[in-house]
Amino acid sequence: MTSAQIEIQLIACIVAVACAIPGTFLVLRKMAMISDAISHSILPGIVIGFFLTEDLNSPWLILLAAFSGILTVVLVEYIQKTGLVKEDTAIGLVFPSLFSIGVILIAKNAGDVHLDVDAVLLGELAFAPFDRVIIGSADMGPKSLWVIGIILLVTLALLLAFFKELKISTFDKQLAATLGFSPVIMHYGLMTVASVTTVGAFDAVGAILVVALMIAPPAMAYLLTNNLKKMLLMASVFGIIGAILGYWVAHWLDASIAGSITTVLGVLFFLIYMFSPNRGLISVLYRQKRQKVEVHLLTFLLHLQNHSEKSERHINHLNEHINWHKVRAQSVLDLALKNNMITIDDSIISLTDKGKTFTSEAINYIITNKSAAIEEMKDRFFLFRG
Amino acid sequence: MKDKIAIKVDDLTVAYNFKPVLWDVDLSIPEGVLMAIVGPNGAGKSTLIKAMLDIVKPIAGTIEIFGKPYKKQYKEVAYVPQKGSVDWDFPTTALDVVLMGTYGSLGWIKRPGKTEKKEALEALEKVGMLEFRSRQISQLSGGQQQRVFLARALVQKASIYIMDEPFQGVDATTEKAIINILKELRKSGKTVVVVHHDLQTVPEYFDWVTFLNVKKIATGSVKDIFNDDNLTKTYGINYKVSLLQ
Repeated sequence: MTSAQIEIQLIACIVAVACAIPGTFLVLRKMAMISDAISHSILPGIVIGFFLTEDLNSPWLILLAAFSGILTVVLVEYIQKTGLVKEDTAIGLVFPSLFSIGVILIAKNAGDVHLDVDAVLLGELAFAPFDRVIIGSADMGPKSLWVIGIILLVTLALLLAFFKELKISTFDKQLAATLGFSPVIMHYGLMTVASVTTVGAFDAVGAILVVALMIAPPAMAYLLTNNLKKMLLMASVFGIIGAILGYWVAHWLDASIAGSITTVLGVLFFLIYMFSPNRGLISVLYRQKRQKVEVHLLTFLLHLQNHSEKSERHINHLNEHINWHKVRAQSVLDLALKNNMITIDDSIISLTDKGKTFTSEAINYIITNKSAAIEEMKDRFFLFRG
Repeated sequence: MKDKIAIKVDDLTVAYNFKPVLWDVDLSIPEGVLMAIVGPNGAGKSTLIKAMLDIVKPIAGTIEIFGKPYKKQYKEVAYVPQKGSVDWDFPTTALDVVLMGTYGSLGWIKRPGKTEKKEALEALEKVGMLEFRSRQISQLSGGQQQRVFLARALVQKASIYIMDEPFQGVDATTEKAIINILKELRKSGKTVVVVHHDLQTVPEYFDWVTFLNVKKIATGSVKDIFNDDNLTKTYGINYKVSLLQ
């Protein structure tokens, strides 16, 4: 690897972590779309900042852009509060307006400057190593590495200091308020961090990749863990994996780095969405199927309990009596046998004592619906465990 | 015992979009009572307690907690919101939710430590949820979630407990567990205010009651004021205590 390659991957990884942290809270607050809005509406802030300072590297640019990010949030909330339109509509109204103001400003006044809409939206990681910080005659590394590195450090410091406050105001805003933690301060604090991160990152990776890095890794982590700290950690790791894999995919395909990273994140999300052990699609479908079998087993046991006459309990008449086709009847029969719920004598099925107890308890549970007792019951009767 | 006032509401008017939901409510809640707030849907019961907690800003009137505004007294008050007010899919455990109750006394930045964790475990034990401490909160039943909320209020070690419909959608075991804890709180001198829906259980559970329907209809001891007259005034139809049973 050349040093430029290492620098690009390093920048991408730092951007990924800096985005994953505010992104996790945005996802949990169901505000993912706000990051999209912010990433576009920082444009007028950048343009105005450029007009005032005539310098693309001025910190004023970052401040003004962050301000227009906050302005987006304020406007969205203001429009939403009137009660005339819903939040998603408000977002859709605000950010294209702000973005297009930026576009017009560029077209009218900055035609001859190195500032174009494509660069803002898509960025170009491959160019990041060319723009360097040079102090005296010493090369201090790429500028974007410094910018995003400082933003990441500040974000991490804020996260460590206010983790508890962020958690409580995200989970239960009202409790946070009654305990003396201002949810409004936390809200705008988070929005400021999200805006500053977006501004710091867009130059290197572009607005679209910022959105992808803020939302996709936390969304993956959300499917895998029940612990907020782990979610933050996993989101950062997924972001880093996406950044490095994406870089090499781009290298291999000779395509845009930002585009490749976003694609890799999409593929990763799809895999986790399918295969996550608890919340993944496959395990959800499996669980539903298992629940269906459980209900069938119970129906079958109930039928046995209700009928003492032999004709109703003959093994060959099962299908007709409960109106099941053969495969299902067989699988339910096997399950009941395996769990010692029934015995079969001369093709006549009878409930065992265990089967009787199980059935009565299950019915009792269904009628009273008193507690989560059925889960413990299933454990007690070793259902599905052979 | 009942001469100190825990919560004093004066001329309180709250409006949403210029439509009053609470109108000129005066209310004094004595210290050490277990009080139900009853009234029909839309009577402003939840709004009243949210105003007490400074979550909802009134357009007129004042509220004092032990003689001072809420902002100075928030450590004296523990709030149990309606179960539906939070996202139970949030990645956290029962113990962690209870720990959040200690955040108020910790203040900004400081993290909960061993003492707080011990208190949280004790509170979980009190509500009979100790064995579920590491369970993800979405894996709890409705009644268990409500008990976790109650435990979270208990660790706040407040003097006043304000609860929004704690019995809604919970099983009979939980209801009994909750009311026993509330009675215990009253016995130790705490003031408990509960938004309550089930008129039938008012005489059994509570010793103090406030009838509310946008305006305050009556407030006082259950013995004195829980009668046909006030029920009818609040609910509009010919209500009778005897019909509740």
